[in-house]
Amino acid sequence: MNDQKSESEIPEDSSSPLGSGMTKQEYWKKNITCVLSLLVVWFVVSYGCGILFVEQMNKISIGGAQFGFWMAQQGSIYVFVVLIFVYVRLMNRLDREFTSTCQNEEKVQTEGEDQS
Amino acid sequence: MEVKYWTYLIVGFTFAVYIGIAIWSKAKSTKEFYVAGGNISPIANGMATAADWMSAASFISMAGLIAFSGYGGSVFLMGWTGGYVLLAFLVAPYLRKYGKFTVPEFIGERFYSKTARLVAVLCLIVVSVTYVIGQMKGVGVAFSRFLETDYNTGLFIGMGIVFFYAVLGGMKGITYTQIAQYVVLIFAYTVPAIFISLELTGNPIPQLGLIGNVSDGTPLLQKLDTVITELGFGKYTNNVMGSKLNMFAYTLSLMIGTAGLPHVIIRFFTVKKVSDARLSAGWALIFIAILYTTAPAVAAMARLKFTKTIQVDKVGEVSGNIKYEKRPEWFKNWEKTGLLQHEDKNGDGRIQYYNDADKSFASVASEYGWKGNEMTKIDKDIMVLANPEIAKLPGWVVALVVAGGLAAALSTAAGLLLAISSSISHDLLKGIFRPQITEKQELNASRISMVGAILLAGYFGLNPPDFAAGTVAIAFGLAASSIFPVLMMGIFVKRMNREGAIAGMIAGLGVTLLYVFQHKGIMFIPGTSYMGGMEENWFFGITPNAFGAVGAIVNFAVAFIVSKMAKDPPEEVQKLVEDIRLPQINEN
Repeated sequence: MNDQKSESEIPEDSSSPLGSGMTKQEYWKKNITCVLSLLVVWFVVSYGCGILFVEQMNKISIGGAQFGFWMAQQGSIYVFVVLIFVYVRLMNRLDREFTSTCQNEEKVQTEGEDQS
Repeated sequence: MEVKYWTYLIVGFTFAVYIGIAIWSKAKSTKEFYVAGGNISPIANGMATAADWMSAASFISMAGLIAFSGYGGSVFLMGWTGGYVLLAFLVAPYLRKYGKFTVPEFIGERFYSKTARLVAVLCLIVVSVTYVIGQMKGVGVAFSRFLETDYNTGLFIGMGIVFFYAVLGGMKGITYTQIAQYVVLIFAYTVPAIFISLELTGNPIPQLGLIGNVSDGTPLLQKLDTVITELGFGKYTNNVMGSKLNMFAYTLSLMIGTAGLPHVIIRFFTVKKVSDARLSAGWALIFIAILYTTAPAVAAMARLKFTKTIQVDKVGEVSGNIKYEKRPEWFKNWEKTGLLQHEDKNGDGRIQYYNDADKSFASVASEYGWKGNEMTKIDKDIMVLANPEIAKLPGWVVALVVAGGLAAALSTAAGLLLAISSSISHDLLKGIFRPQITEKQELNASRISMVGAILLAGYFGLNPPDFAAGTVAIAFGLAASSIFPVLMMGIFVKRMNREGAIAGMIAGLGVTLLYVFQHKGIMFIPGTSYMGGMEENWFFGITPNAFGAVGAIVNFAVAFIVSKMAKDPPEEVQKLVEDIRLPQINEN
């Protein structure tokens, strides 16, 4: 087990031969940014509006309900659904950008990524 | 037609459908048995996931729980839906990319350790078995109450049905049955809700009814607040559960517990590709949200309806309380089951229902000549089941609700049983003890372990352990404190090694179990709780049920410290991590 390699030594296509494309690290970084920013919304609508700042939110009303209460029992759930579909769209777009880079690379390098 | 015959008819029909599906979808390979062949469409999988997820507890208990806890009950609503966001963002796509059959398999390979796999199997079995006991009990109760069979016969029928389609069809049979069960349960849940909402608020959509007005023009929630505070209860809309911190921790525990439940995660192994796994989580949440946004409406309306049934008019006037002999039919029916009990403490032949624990109101009440709350028992679980009767809906609606409750219990039980049997045959047998067995032998082994799991669940259903009610804390606590953190570190922390993961899992698990046991008794045996259930001993006022979040933090912390002291994971493992992070290149 020679597993003492440092991260920089791990073989990784750190730069794309085509220049315009996206590397694995860039893909992963964008993925994390996307997830984190959506999780901020996730946190704000549930823990923020529904629990931590519920009194302040309750000063507003939505129909016959106080907003904080409504967020805790209804609103946060609707936002959760929307969040997942936004995530699906963003990630599908990111995946397309990434795979098109890889396919170009495959054409250039002939040795393809053996995934799937 | 009488309710009983309607029930026979509707329940019988749904069961025939489940069996028909089982025969049609027999599994022929291990891949079909474990992951339904891996080509279920995202919408179908979303629906099956929703049925798998929504158990007897969601269907029967949740609305009742919220009805009597008001705003505090929001932790269940947010916790059990917000977990899907985590599942979609942090778990499902990566484990789908990994592309194998079980959760322990991933943990074992990622942490290059059979010990880690074994610990994961153990957690999985404890979580799933505690969960399945509740489902079996639900089936037995539903049968005995509505079909007038005895509890054991009901349980045997339920076991027989699950046996048939789960053992024959494996994940394939379970998936298609769950789709049918979802349709039954969501229809059964929403129909009575629509009727009640229409009656109380004039709006057929319960979600809108909740924020609508009652017939005298005041908003429903305001009316409810007034009605119950007049009787000394806390306000419905701001009745906090424990403390803010407790609600925070409780919601977090349920969310990360949800994202760490193996029987839910394996559902995402059944779709074709990574992007489908993400989409499927979205569909699952839509299907779940239909029930979860209806539940708080049902809760508020049932609470109002129930209170007004007893307190028919002004508080304090003699005629304000209903005469016991004039109580409605549903009241009598539930009294027979013992789940609703009345004791005429002041001997006036009327029912007084109020909060006698509230000192200032209790003294007011004694001036009215009331001598304590006379509703000595109100089982929260009856709210959903009694709802159609309270709203005077026709017999077929009552029957539908019974069929819906059974569908919820059976679909969840089947999913859990599959998770148990696949971890026994695939992880323990094929993965650890007998790697040389053929696929055919493995398929047989998984069927046999499924039979074993059903018999075990049935045994616990027949002899329900006293601790059944407390086990929810364990199931979610375990999933939140052991499985979720280890999956997170496996996917997002490339350097996390075997030593860190195992130490973290054991620490998180240990702390959570210790806390639950010290407050609820060792193995839930009463009297062995060495610190008592007393609130003053709670860690920052966090209830045992909410402790999974703290366990998860301990897990992460220990894992990071220990991992710094041991070697980095081998190169092929780091490659595996890189690989699961990337999308499939040649999809389709």
